[in-house]
Amino acid sequence: MAAEALPARRLAWGGIVGEAAAAAGVALALALPLIGFRTVETNAALGIETRFGWVAATVAAVFVGRLLLALLRSLHLHRKSVTRPTSPQPSPPPGAERERPVEREGEVGGRRFRAFSPTWIGALGIAFAVALPFLPFSSRYLVDLATTVVIYVMLGWGLNVVVGLAGLLDLGYVAFYAVGAYSFALLAQRFGLSFWQGLPMAGLLAAAFGLALGFPVLRLRGDYLAIVTLGFGEIVRLVLLNWVPVTNGPAGIADVPRPSFFGLPFERHAPPGGTTFAEFFHVPFNPGQRIVFLYYVILALALLTNAVTLRLRRLPIGRAWEALREDEIACRALGINPTLVKLSAFSIGAMLGGFAGAFFATRQGFISPESFTFIESATILAIVVLGGMGSQLGVVLAAVVLVCLPEFGRAFAEFRMLLFGAAMVAIMVWRPRGLVARRAPSLRLAGRDGAR
Amino acid sequence: MRPPLLEVEHLSMRFGGLLAVDDLSFAARAGEITAIIGPNGAGKTTVFNCLTGFYRPSIGRLTLHRGGRRHLLERLDGFRIARDAGVARTFQNIRLFAGMSVLENLLVAQHAPLMRASLYSIAGLLGLPGFRRAERAAVAKARDWLARIDLLARADDPAGSLPYGAQRRLEIARALCTGPALLCLDEPAAGLNARESAELNRLLLAIRAELGIGVLLIEHDMSVVMGISDQVVVLDYGRKIASGPPADVRRDPVVIKAYLGEEADEELPPDIARDLAGRG
Repeated sequence: MAAEALPARRLAWGGIVGEAAAAAGVALALALPLIGFRTVETNAALGIETRFGWVAATVAAVFVGRLLLALLRSLHLHRKSVTRPTSPQPSPPPGAERERPVEREGEVGGRRFRAFSPTWIGALGIAFAVALPFLPFSSRYLVDLATTVVIYVMLGWGLNVVVGLAGLLDLGYVAFYAVGAYSFALLAQRFGLSFWQGLPMAGLLAAAFGLALGFPVLRLRGDYLAIVTLGFGEIVRLVLLNWVPVTNGPAGIADVPRPSFFGLPFERHAPPGGTTFAEFFHVPFNPGQRIVFLYYVILALALLTNAVTLRLRRLPIGRAWEALREDEIACRALGINPTLVKLSAFSIGAMLGGFAGAFFATRQGFISPESFTFIESATILAIVVLGGMGSQLGVVLAAVVLVCLPEFGRAFAEFRMLLFGAAMVAIMVWRPRGLVARRAPSLRLAGRDGAR
Repeated sequence: MRPPLLEVEHLSMRFGGLLAVDDLSFAARAGEITAIIGPNGAGKTTVFNCLTGFYRPSIGRLTLHRGGRRHLLERLDGFRIARDAGVARTFQNIRLFAGMSVLENLLVAQHAPLMRASLYSIAGLLGLPGFRRAERAAVAKARDWLARIDLLARADDPAGSLPYGAQRRLEIARALCTGPALLCLDEPAAGLNARESAELNRLLLAIRAELGIGVLLIEHDMSVVMGISDQVVVLDYGRKIASGPPADVRRDPVVIKAYLGEEADEELPPDIARDLAGRG
């Protein structure tokens, strides 16, 4: 056995050093332009400062790091091969190789997670979210940040219907967000609609837009669908930017009305003939009240979204979405109309995005095309993918991570995005199928007899 | 006399310069198993794809008689062929919804009636009793099939984690859950061992006897074909070269030649002769 292992180890050395050298080479190529040169202002002109020492340090660090990593891995493998001195490759039993191993992975994750069920985690999470503004460590900044998180949670849940359940890769989801925001802002501006009147309209308009976008892309799948939806997202943004008579172009729309509490505005001074929230409840006026109220509005909207999505998933339409994601050809052979299934997923996802957009408009009080760039689509998609496709809980975790990480990273200034990228890579390395990779069946046979 | 369940008349399918199916005509009756056999590349799966709407035939008429109505399959969309005309199929390379549970696979097959019962999700969202009843009935139907194919214990496992033979059985059960008039099976015995293959035979015979539906079968395993089919259609290079009861087809010199080549009628290799004669 030892005689066998020796040449293996000698071979590995060459591989390890080569691997580290390759990594160092890549680091050199990246670091030379990124770290090696720096523009500095000298008096009136722009000069270039070289920092080759830094480059050398970076490359050395990468080389050593990679060397250690590869060494650890090969030692680990070596120990494994020593402890299991069996015949070279035990042939798997016939039939075993045909079993698809993908699901196995999910099951392992499932066992680990089954100890505390998603229902309990969900209930605890909701209780925490509801109590957040009143917790001792809570602050105006924290509630505002939580509002942003919940907006992204809602967008993630909306996109989850399209990407996670129906498997339609949509890179232009921000278009629906924008349509919702602009619909509400314009309806409020032109027709004087309040937030609560404008919200359903914004959702419906976004859903109609989803249908309109859905029709031409029905025949596309995967990469092609992604490219076309990416294009649609940009088209919407460019229309908003250039259709100045309606959208006011790059200047955006200001003075979007704020939501009221059953007709009671959150203002210091009541409008003529009205009462403010503070006056009605005989509490002193505090601008933080509106922040907390906005937080509860988006929390309620998001929880409603979650309830509807979870319900839809257990209905025939939800199972058809998932079936379509798994195999469109088999769906057709079972008499499912793929057109209807896709369009329903697209329009429901768009509607949820529209609701979130209307809320965004009322929260900011001002919207412009700058808020609806591709980076937003990418962030929302990253939330869905990192969370684990189709997992509602995963979306929440990923939204918290993706929104809070850059916030807390502010202390690290320019290294913020580096931290962000490292976190993304780490998640993809350790949990490639997302934070929550488990899929619970929409309906179980076991335990059904007793339950009903 | 009642018309046959399925009439295929002068079906031709051309891909560019290749004539995959050439002027094929045959009929399949309800309550019978019709096997389509032929060497590799003879056009068997192409016939299935024409029948189930995946290809639009170049020439020909495909008529399905169901409940006193005629459905012209060559004009229908694929999903309508399955939903309205009642043609269900399985695939040569299994196409289950691997990530979904076994039970869910069978519920997806009952999509059309469940969708109607849920009033296109409105009654379902509200949880109305009519939809609950329909859902219970669908689960009961799925449970019956799972008991039949011996997968009741694995109902909540992902379909992709089942062993190969069980996946084949599940795909057949899923096709049957659509309540079809005609079941098209594309090599259901491929990759099964002798015991599983015999089980499959029993299942298919039971389907024929109990449901009275027509079964169309593409198969290479001669023990399946000769053991259970009522009628055999033999294709070679897209043309029908023989048809009739299995006992006649087995002796047909043209068929033997197509399978074994020109000089074969003098001296058959013993194992192939035994295959042709049928082991079952």
